[in-house]
Amino acid sequence: MINELLNMNGYGLYVWSAFGFTLFSFGSLYIVTKIQYVKEQSKFVKKFGNLDTSKAAQARTQRINQEILSGASNI
Amino acid sequence: MFKIFEPNKIFLVTSRLPKYVVGLFCIVLIIGLAEALIFSPEDYKQSDAVRIMYVHVPAAWISLGIFTSITILSISGFIFKSKNLFLIAKSLAPSGFVFNLIALVTGSIWGKPTWGTWWAWDARITSMLILLLFYGMYLIVWRIYEDKEKVYKISMIITLIGIINVPIIKYSVDWWNTLHQPASINILAKSSIHSSMLFPLGIMTAAFALFSLLIFLMKYNTELIKIKNKGLDRL
Repeated sequence: MINELLNMNGYGLYVWSAFGFTLFSFGSLYIVTKIQYVKEQSKFVKKFGNLDTSKAAQARTQRINQEILSGASNI
Repeated sequence: MFKIFEPNKIFLVTSRLPKYVVGLFCIVLIIGLAEALIFSPEDYKQSDAVRIMYVHVPAAWISLGIFTSITILSISGFIFKSKNLFLIAKSLAPSGFVFNLIALVTGSIWGKPTWGTWWAWDARITSMLILLLFYGMYLIVWRIYEDKEKVYKISMIITLIGIINVPIIKYSVDWWNTLHQPASINILAKSSIHSSMLFPLGIMTAAFALFSLLIFLMKYNTELIKIKNKGLDRL
């Protein structure tokens, strides 16, 4: 059963390499996108931490900023 | 008109969606892979090599769909002066590029056992390669130019020229005598593909669509955080 699945009537090399390349591309794109996302989020948290109290309070009034900060704490 | 798409409002939704989309994607992909690799029948002519279709065809469809969407969004962004539409278009491009690449590579792998060659300068394959170049140019423009207005204009021009290639890709197999087989699936007429193969193809297409949605959401959220980062600098 396993041998049949791997061999695919002699086309195993082609079929598995096509599926392998697809899954590898998916994985690579996901990792690259995730790294970019985490990097931007960390940059935001760092900048936010450097704001003085009044500016931080002003920035915190925006819902989107609260959302980014809460998302960063979940990483 | 586009108030519903305001980044401040939309982020509340888009930041929560990826975890649900990734879960759904994994489930659909596992079902799709089982159907494509185990349960679907082999072809009477191509034998098991036909299984490559389950990654090649959805990748080609989605890359064409994404490029068309990018063009519509770019034109709309330009007409309605909406930067957010350009941002949505930009966030769609990486997955479109990767799907285009997957379609070309898996097509090449499929070509070897069926046509006896990895590559042919066939109308369908060449026009797909041209689409990949347009995707590449579109992505490069966003990287090299600092002036956003310039980026919006140039990227829109690229998509406007590139969209001419989309119907060429679609009808290349009908207009020219090519190695590539004609379309087996027709929305307006009866499809020549058997339901036992159409079902896994549909599931794999759904999985690929969910993956492109996931990448789009992550990329779009990254772009919105980038804007907010600049906003903090201005405080």
